[in-house]
Amino acid sequence: MSAVVDSHGHDHSHGHDHGHGGGYGGIMRWITTTNHKDIGTLYLWFSFIMFMTGGAMAMAIRLELFSPGLQFFNPDLFNQFTTMHGLIMVFGAIMPAFVGFANWQIPMMIGAPDMAFARLNNWSFWLLPFAAALLVLSFFTPGGAPGVGWTLYAPLTVQMGVGMDLTIFAVHILGMSSILGSINIITTILNMRAPGMTLMRMPLFVWTWLITAYLLVAAMPVLAGAVTMTLTDRHFGTTFFNAAGGGDPVLYQHIFWFFGHPEVYIIALPAFGVVSQVIPAFSRKPLFGYASMVYATSAIAILSFIVWAHHMYTVGMPVTGQLFFMYATTLIAVPTGVKVFNWVATMWKGSLTFETPMLFAIGFLFLFTLGGLTGLVLSLVPIDIQLHDTYYVVAHFHYVMVAGALFAAFAGIYFWLPKWTGKMYDETLGKWHFWLTMIFFNMIFFVQHFLGLAGMPRRIPDYPLQFETWNKISSIGAFGFGLSQLLLLYIVLKCIRSGETAPQLPWEGADSLEWTHLPTPAPYHTFETPPVLK
Amino acid sequence: MRGPRLFSALAGLAMLAATGLAYALEWNFQPAASKMAADIHWLHEAVMVLVTVIFVGVFAFMFYACYAHRKSKGHQAAQFHENTTVEIIWTIVPAIILVVIAWPVTKVVISQKDTSSPELTVKVTGYQWKWGYEYLKGEGEGISFISTLSTPRDQIEGKAPKGEHYLLEVDNEMVVPVGKKVRVLTTAADVVHSWWVPAFGAKQDAVPGFIRDLWFRADKTGTFRSQCVELCGKEHGFMPIVVRVVSAEDYSKWVGEQHKLAAASAEDVNKTWTAPELVARGEKLYAANCVACHQPTGKGLPPAFPPLAGSKVVNGPKNAQVDLVLNGKPNTAMAAFGKQLTDTELAAVISFTRASWGNKSGAVQPAEVKARRK
Repeated sequence: MSAVVDSHGHDHSHGHDHGHGGGYGGIMRWITTTNHKDIGTLYLWFSFIMFMTGGAMAMAIRLELFSPGLQFFNPDLFNQFTTMHGLIMVFGAIMPAFVGFANWQIPMMIGAPDMAFARLNNWSFWLLPFAAALLVLSFFTPGGAPGVGWTLYAPLTVQMGVGMDLTIFAVHILGMSSILGSINIITTILNMRAPGMTLMRMPLFVWTWLITAYLLVAAMPVLAGAVTMTLTDRHFGTTFFNAAGGGDPVLYQHIFWFFGHPEVYIIALPAFGVVSQVIPAFSRKPLFGYASMVYATSAIAILSFIVWAHHMYTVGMPVTGQLFFMYATTLIAVPTGVKVFNWVATMWKGSLTFETPMLFAIGFLFLFTLGGLTGLVLSLVPIDIQLHDTYYVVAHFHYVMVAGALFAAFAGIYFWLPKWTGKMYDETLGKWHFWLTMIFFNMIFFVQHFLGLAGMPRRIPDYPLQFETWNKISSIGAFGFGLSQLLLLYIVLKCIRSGETAPQLPWEGADSLEWTHLPTPAPYHTFETPPVLK
Repeated sequence: MRGPRLFSALAGLAMLAATGLAYALEWNFQPAASKMAADIHWLHEAVMVLVTVIFVGVFAFMFYACYAHRKSKGHQAAQFHENTTVEIIWTIVPAIILVVIAWPVTKVVISQKDTSSPELTVKVTGYQWKWGYEYLKGEGEGISFISTLSTPRDQIEGKAPKGEHYLLEVDNEMVVPVGKKVRVLTTAADVVHSWWVPAFGAKQDAVPGFIRDLWFRADKTGTFRSQCVELCGKEHGFMPIVVRVVSAEDYSKWVGEQHKLAAASAEDVNKTWTAPELVARGEKLYAANCVACHQPTGKGLPPAFPPLAGSKVVNGPKNAQVDLVLNGKPNTAMAAFGKQLTDTELAAVISFTRASWGNKSGAVQPAEVKARRK
């Protein structure tokens, strides 16, 4: 089996906690680390910082929308906030969070000593802070950050200042990081499984990441192409997206969404993976329909490449185009339904307990399904014509991205924190975090369905008077949601500093390798000798 | 443990309260004013009933499990983990449901796309940030106007109380006859905009350099309001769409008035105006066309929206400024106003900028603008 050559690994015995990181201490340990656990930690903290940064922008947006009229920010800055909130949350917070989980968990779950390309792994992470810096710096360039929405639609992008160029380069770097990370994940999963860990015995989290990594490798270069064409349209006289030179602005949208729809599943599939570990553990019952889960995940991934234009029903495509993309999109409901039914069937006749990870997993299941069903509503062309670019869409994708991906990430953090740190988090505070997050989330986004139905466009800094009540409720919910996330920070820090020592198996029903074959906390180097699987 | 019970009770209450309020406040779709919108709303309601039944059904199972299959109640976990029959059923049944939905939806899609044989054709052009309307074919042919937000800046900035139609009012409304099939061609001059009237169930992006179309047939008279729905830059939230549907007689009357107005406003470009006349007229045009970017103070919002006060262009040679205003500046939000304003209007607004905020560079006459048009 291809093991990672670790030049300093021999100096450290198992369970020896100190002095890891190739002899470097302090900050240099983190900069030079090639250890999958260190890199996982880096990804997760980076993601949390980005979550707070993007969250601060969301607070600014909701502050301006608290009342009609322009109070705090001029419309230009408002557009910059909506753009950067989206980009930072998608590329800076959610995606790195799940790569963090992948780094920590995949080697331990398949019985591998580390990721396949350890130095590449280091680089994949350390590209991210530079990309994030470019995004944030764009606010301080002349003209500010781009105010074009996270979708970066042409030709509005051509009107932007130098901040747009910084954003384009940031997207390039983020894409490079994702592609390298994905190659690493694919190689690790395909080549470094312990003997006996056949593909169909892998934990579902590993399966979802394997499929996600393929999606990333296929989709990220497309995005890089789209933004590069924008760059040359801006500076080098090309006219890819300019009709005056034979181009077409709608071409940008096709290319963007050819990336953008798989991107939705790049975010959602690892979340499915986490939930598929958590629900069986707290139901004390094996995952229902393991094989059908794997097939459903693959089906979703394949379908995700042929549905992109459902984001574009209003650009004016032929009726056959609209019908094709509508039928293909509704098809996704079938494998997604299978997954939801499987999770519920896993809980059915289990022996359930409701610790924080399970609460977040149930919250995920409940709200993600709601978001999935509004997705079905939106997939139908005539209804979408009424709802496209309104707050209904904003509500829908936040149910999928926040109640879906973010809730799953929270579930994963509470689930694996004892394994990572050897300490237990405060269960009471964890439950508080869940209920506050749950209530405030719905306060923000449930009412936005009504705003959308009533006709409020998205991405506007000011609105007609009839939208005021729901906007106020939504803003109050947003402030509550933002504050509640500080509780997560407190819980994690408290756990690391002064949490009670975790038992060897904190969760009775957890049965993957990291729980059954490794001590708690997991030592710095694990599975230097592959475990034996019966 | 109280968790799951509290959870289900709260979630249930929240859903009920929210839907209840929505109906109480009538915060569903705006009332339909065309058969198309009514069809869409019916489809939406049918699909909502369906998904609500599915949602409640699935989660009834989950919450029952949360209640009955708890460890704290001593429930022992069963160990089953697959059941081929059940799995096939829950793959096939949703697929059948989708086919059932697809049929009525497809019919609406096809009729929505049928823009053939209209009784009136209007071209709508999206500009940053206003709409241009040109009546191309049918009664009213030849009418054209620009439709700009008429809500005063003071209301937006909170210096005056907000009116009833805050942000949903324009200086020139699109007027169409009731019961006639209206085909709308959309296009844009700068970036992508999107034209939408919810009451008609009609939405179409306006793509620069391309013509797209949609149609509607309003079945009741009244004024219907909406906004641009595709992010188009800074003032995206401030370019409303207002359509007034009137009876056939009123429509003919309106067409007559418009033609008379057009004849009366055909001004003599060779007339020489006094500087104060031009500046006075230019001030109003500035407020309608320029103020959002260049600001009432003339200081702009640099660097994206440069200042006019003390500007080299404004204080420089006339021709250079006239050319810039006529043709716009490529790849910026500075539009080519030559397509939107008359020579006299352009002369007035340029003269205003050359005589305001400390600028003293002299008025421009309409004939001078005309001479620079290509």
